[in-house]
Amino acid sequence: MIRPDPVCSDKKLPALSTFCVFSFQESNTSSVQAVRCVLKLTMKLIILNDYDQASEWAAKYIRNKILLFRPGPSRYFTLGLPTGSTPLGCYKKLIEYYKNGEISFQYVKTFNMDEYVGLPRDHPESYHSFMWNNFFKHIDIKAENAHILDGNVADLQAECEAFEEKITAAGGIELFVGGIGPDGHIAFNEPGSSLVSRTRVKTLAKDTIMANARFFDGDLSKVPTMALTVGVGTVMDAKEVMILITGAHKAFALYKAIEEGVNHMWTVSAFQQHRQTVFVCDEDATLELRVKTVKYFKGMMHVHNKLVESLPQEPKKN
Amino acid sequence: MPSNGSVSDAPITQFINCRILRDHKLQREDLWVREGRILDPEKLFFDELGYADERVDCEGSIIAPGFIDVQINGGYGIDFSRVSEDVSGGVSFVAKKILEHGVTSFCPTLVTSPAAIYHKVLPQVKVHNGGQHGAGVLGFHLEGPFISAEKKGAHPEQYLRTFRSGGVQDLTEVYGSLDNVAVVTLAPELANSQSVVRELSQRGITVSLGHSVANLSQAEEAVQHGASFITHLFNAMLPFHHRDPGIVGLLTSDQVPAGRTVYYGMIADGIHTNPAALRIAHRAHPSGLVLVTDAITAMGLPPGHHTLGQQVIEIQGLHAYVAGCSVEEALEAASLHPAQLLGISHKKGKLDYDCDADLVLLDDALNVKATFISGEEVWRKEP
Repeated sequence: MIRPDPVCSDKKLPALSTFCVFSFQESNTSSVQAVRCVLKLTMKLIILNDYDQASEWAAKYIRNKILLFRPGPSRYFTLGLPTGSTPLGCYKKLIEYYKNGEISFQYVKTFNMDEYVGLPRDHPESYHSFMWNNFFKHIDIKAENAHILDGNVADLQAECEAFEEKITAAGGIELFVGGIGPDGHIAFNEPGSSLVSRTRVKTLAKDTIMANARFFDGDLSKVPTMALTVGVGTVMDAKEVMILITGAHKAFALYKAIEEGVNHMWTVSAFQQHRQTVFVCDEDATLELRVKTVKYFKGMMHVHNKLVESLPQEPKKN
Repeated sequence: MPSNGSVSDAPITQFINCRILRDHKLQREDLWVREGRILDPEKLFFDELGYADERVDCEGSIIAPGFIDVQINGGYGIDFSRVSEDVSGGVSFVAKKILEHGVTSFCPTLVTSPAAIYHKVLPQVKVHNGGQHGAGVLGFHLEGPFISAEKKGAHPEQYLRTFRSGGVQDLTEVYGSLDNVAVVTLAPELANSQSVVRELSQRGITVSLGHSVANLSQAEEAVQHGASFITHLFNAMLPFHHRDPGIVGLLTSDQVPAGRTVYYGMIADGIHTNPAALRIAHRAHPSGLVLVTDAITAMGLPPGHHTLGQQVIEIQGLHAYVAGCSVEEALEAASLHPAQLLGISHKKGKLDYDCDADLVLLDDALNVKATFISGEEVWRKEP
C-alpha cells in the first residue's frame, strides 16, 4: 500500500472541505431549503454503516431530488444511471418507493453510462437486460425515455455522438449516478482515459475484464472486450454527480479518488473538480482513508441526513 | 395511462401479482400476452417502446400452462365411444366443461370399438384450437383394438384385433382415416406390430404401449421403432418383476435411443395406482410423468350405472391424490410433459415467449380459479 506524499502536512484540512459561505437569506424557513443553499458547491462524503444503509440513503437522495424538481410533461428530470452490483440495493429501494406511491418515473428521462459492444441485447448480461430486470420493468418509466447505448449498431462512433446529442436535447443531466471500479474508473473510463473525454468506444482493461468475468461463468474469454461509454467529460457536464462506493475491495480506489490528486489513472478523481459531487459509501469502503477524513465527514452526517428526510406530502401531479 | 407506443394495434395484457411457472420454477414475474401468445416484455420495451393496455391483477395466484389431458373417454354423461347423432356436439360439451378443471387441450379417447364406430366417429371431430367454446382438441387417442386379450381391462373382448397383414392396411381397415388421430395405444407383443409402430411414428402419431403382456425386450423394441408413451402405467400390463420388469422397465431402460424420452401416463386418483407405486415411478423417472384422468362418462355425474363404450359400469364416487412431488413438478406433469409427448411443446405446455397463452390460474391448494385460452378468459370460478 502506498502512503500519501510525505510533503503533505498532517495539519492541512482534507482537500474536500470547500464550503460556500453560510447563507440564510431565504425568507422560506423550510430546513431543506436552507440546507440546500448551505451545501451547494461542496463535495460531500456520506458514510453509512453498511451496504443496505448506503443503498437506502442514495435512493432517498435521488427520490428527494426528483420530487423537489417537480417533473412534469414539459419538464423532465434527467437521471444518469449505472449498472453492476453496487447500485442493486439502491434500485430495489427506488422500486419500493415507486410501489409505495412516493415517487413516479413518468416524467424522468434516464441515460445509462455504458453498454458492451457486440453482446446481443437480450443476452442476460447485457446492460439492457440488467436495467430491464433490475429497474425498468418494476417502475412506470416510459420506454422512449430510457436511453442506453446500443453496442450492436454498425457505426459505433455515430451511436456515441447521437447519445451526446440526446443528452443535450434533453437539457443536460440533472443528476448522474455512478459507481467506481477497483481501478478507480468511472463507467468504462479505464486508467489513462482523458479527463475531458466524451462518449466513445473503449477497449476494456484487464482488471475490468477480470472483475466482470463472474457474470460470464468465470470464463474470461466470454467477457466482451469493448464497450461504449460516456466520457469523464460527459459526466462532468451533469449538474450534480453521485458516486456509490461500497465494499472493502473499492476502498483503495476511493482513497486514490479523494485523498490523492486529480489523475487520469484514477478517473473518478476528476470529480474533485466538479461543483456538486456526493460520494455515498459504507464503512468498508473507507478502510483506506485517513481516520481524520472519516471522522470529519461522519461528524457532518446529522446535517447531511436532512437531505434524505421524507418530504412533506404534496398532492400527486398527473 | 400513457398511450401504447407499440408497433402493433393488438391489445397487450399484463398479468400482475402472480407467480408463474417458468424454467421449472415458480417465479414472481409478470406475464405478458398479445395476440394469443406469451410476449417478451423486454423486447416490447426496447424494440417497440410499448406498454400494457390492460393489467389483470391475479391477487397472488399461481399461473401455470393450461393442463393437457391425453386420455379422457368422456364425461358429464357423454361417452366418446358411444355413437350418438351428434358426436362433435358431445366432444364440444365435454370440452366446455373441462375448462372448469383448467384443461385447455385434450385428446378425446375411444376405447376398443367395432370398426363401424371408428369410421363413423373419427371424421366428425377435427383437430382444432380451443377458445370460449371449450378446450382445444389435439386429436383422438385410440386405445385399442390392437391390444392383448389378457389385459383388456374394461375393453370389450369381442372387438379386439390383431395385425393380420401388418402395416397400414389393418389401420385403415379398422380406423378409417388417421388424419385427426394424435395417439394410438397398442400391445407391442402382437405379431407384425413393429411395422405399424414405425408407420404411425413416421406420420407423427404418438404410439403408446398398453393393455399388453409384453416383456421388457418387446417393449424396448417397440420404443426403438418409435413408441414413446405408456398408457396408464402399472394398469393393464404385467406387474414389475425383478427378472423381467416388463413395460414398467422402460422407465429405467438403457435401450431407449439417445435424445428420446419415454413418457408414462398415470391416473393419480389413489385407486388405479397405490400412491407408493406412483412415487416409485416418479422417483425413477420424474421427467416422464404425464398425469391423465382417463375420465369416463360418469365424471361429473352422481353415482350409479353408466356406459363406457360398449359396456356398462358402475361408479361410486371420486378420489384424488397428489404424488408427493413438488408443486412445479406436479404442474409440469399435467402440462409440459404431455406437450412434450405430443411434440407440441414449442407452442403449448410452457409459459415461454411466443408460446400459446393457454393458462390456468390456481390458488396455493392448486384449485382452479380461472382458465384462459389464447390469452382470453374462458372460465372463472364464481366468488
